[in-house]
Parts: sequence; C-alpha cells; structure tokens
Amino acid sequence: MTLWTTILIASAVVLGTKLLGYLVPASVAAHPRIQRISDVLTVALLASLVVTQTVATGSAIVVDARIAALVVGAVLLRIRAPFIIVVLTAAAVAAVLRVLGWAA
Amino acid sequence: MTSSPVRASVSMSLGVAAAVSLYGISFGALAVASGLDFWQTQVLSLFMFSGGSQFAVIGLAATGAPGLSIVTAAGLLGVRNGLYAVRMSSVVGPGFWKRLLAGHWTIDESTAVAIAQTEPRAQRIGFWLTGGAIFVGWNAMTAAGAILGDALGDPRTWGLDAAAAAAFLGLLWPRIQSRHPAAVAAVAAVITVLTVPTAPAGLPVLIAAAAGIVMALLAERRHP
Repeated sequence: MTLWTTILIASAVVLGTKLLGYLVPASVAAHPRIQRISDVLTVALLASLVVTQTVATGSAIVVDARIAALVVGAVLLRIRAPFIIVVLTAAAVAAVLRVLGWAA
Repeated sequence: MTSSPVRASVSMSLGVAAAVSLYGISFGALAVASGLDFWQTQVLSLFMFSGGSQFAVIGLAATGAPGLSIVTAAGLLGVRNGLYAVRMSSVVGPGFWKRLLAGHWTIDESTAVAIAQTEPRAQRIGFWLTGGAIFVGWNAMTAAGAILGDALGDPRTWGLDAAAAAAFLGLLWPRIQSRHPAAVAAVAAVITVLTVPTAPAGLPVLIAAAAGIVMALLAERRHP
C-alpha cells in the first residue's frame, strides 16, 4: 500500500465510522458493553502509541530525551496545564537536552 | 435576544475550538516530519478530521508500519466517533445533508460541548459551532504547521518527536483518571515495550488494542 492509498483508505474508514453512527439505532450503540469496550480500546491504543512514540526507534527500544520530555508533560497534565502548553514544553525540553548534549 | 444558556454554549464552543485549533500546528509540523507531504497532511485534516486517528497515522507511518496496520489503528481509534454519532443523532435531527455534515464534524470536542449543555437549543449550537469552528481552525493551523515544519529541517532538533509523545499522553490523560482504565493503559504500555523489538512495525499497537478488548471482556464477566 502506498502512503497515499493508506491515507485515503484510513480517512474513508474513520469518516465512514462517524456516518455509520447516524444510521445505527440508538438502542444498539448505547448498550453499556459496547460503550465500555470502545472506551477501553481507545485507552489501550493511546497508551501503546505513547510508548511507541517515546521509546521506540524503528524496532529498537531507545531511551533518550523523549522520556524526560514525557515526564515533564505528565507533570504539566497533572497540574491541568492546557494541551498546547504540554506539547510545546515537551518539545522544548527534548530540544534543550539535545542542544546541551545531555541526552540523545 | 440570546438566552444565557445559549451564550454559555457559544463561549464554551469558541474556547474549546481555539485551544484545539492551535495544536493543529503541531499536527501539521509532525506530519511533514513523519514523511508526509503537504497535501497528504491536509487530506487527513480535511477528511479524516479526528485528532487521535490522525496522530496514529503519522506516528505509525514514521515507524515504517505497513498500510494495513495504519488503517486498522486509525480505524479502531475512530470507533468512539461512531458512538458519539449515535448520541448526537437526536441533537442533530432529521435531514440527509445535515446529518452528513454532522457526521463529518462528530468528534470528541463537538460531542463533549453538546453534552455539557442542558437546553436543546444550546446543545445544537454547541455541537455545530464547536464542530465547525474546529474544522476551519484545525485545517488552517494544520496547513500552517505543515509549511512551517518543512522549513524546520530535522524534527528531532526541535523536539518534535517528543511533542508527538506528549500529544498522545495528552489525549490519553483524561481517560485514565479512574483505576480500571489506568490499569488497561499500564498493561497496554508494557505489552508495547515487550513487543516493539520482536513484532513487525505497526503490530505492537494492534496487540495492545487486542489486549485492551480482552481486559474489557474480563472486567465485564466479573461485573456483569
């Protein structure tokens, strides 16, 4: 699959899921089990993506400036900092650590 | 003329939209850093229009994951939008074109703002204004980020790889404030660390998702 094909199919799938929701009878999707599975699925995927993005480089586990940045990000989220501040500060922490040569 | 519930809904919509749009800049910059070109980035924001799924696409594309696992991960992350749509169905009301556009704009934020309102009219305004304002703002900021990102050079120098990690954490954070979801997140994280070195690119995320579903079903059996 080329990157373009992937992007178009993935977009169609995500958009299609939203549209499908307007066709489904409320009684089916409002079922508590469906809700719970969807919540858990989202949490598992996001947690896995956090890890992939933080310590994976290709198929190797690499500990570098990203970990420090993520820890700072977590602290900021804990004190309810706005999303954009969390993202920008994490970037700044990693960038500064790399400039100083304290982390790869 | 406007009642205060409507005014509250309008101000909440615009506040949420401003915050979310702003972070479209980081999506655009990260997307080009992940190897997407300007239009590939923009197509995601225009048509997929769902932050979590969009970040999954660029995050996995950067690791060289095959197309099928990128589509699957983005699709699974989009499942919740389908459930939001069911809840928003009565807020949106009848009409084919109206429901088509509503479907496109059904995301975390438009649903959350609508649900936070008590009056039907305020709910409708909250849904449409949040969805529409984020659609315009998110796309404009994505474009700005993609153009800016191209000029930046090596994304690591600017810590953009760490920004992506923090973005996923920010999306995850509000969802792990109670014990069961936090446990699911921890298990998913450990499984990912263990499978990244052994499984092909893109697969660890899907294995973690499968483990999540198993955990949901097990919890279901204990507390039916």
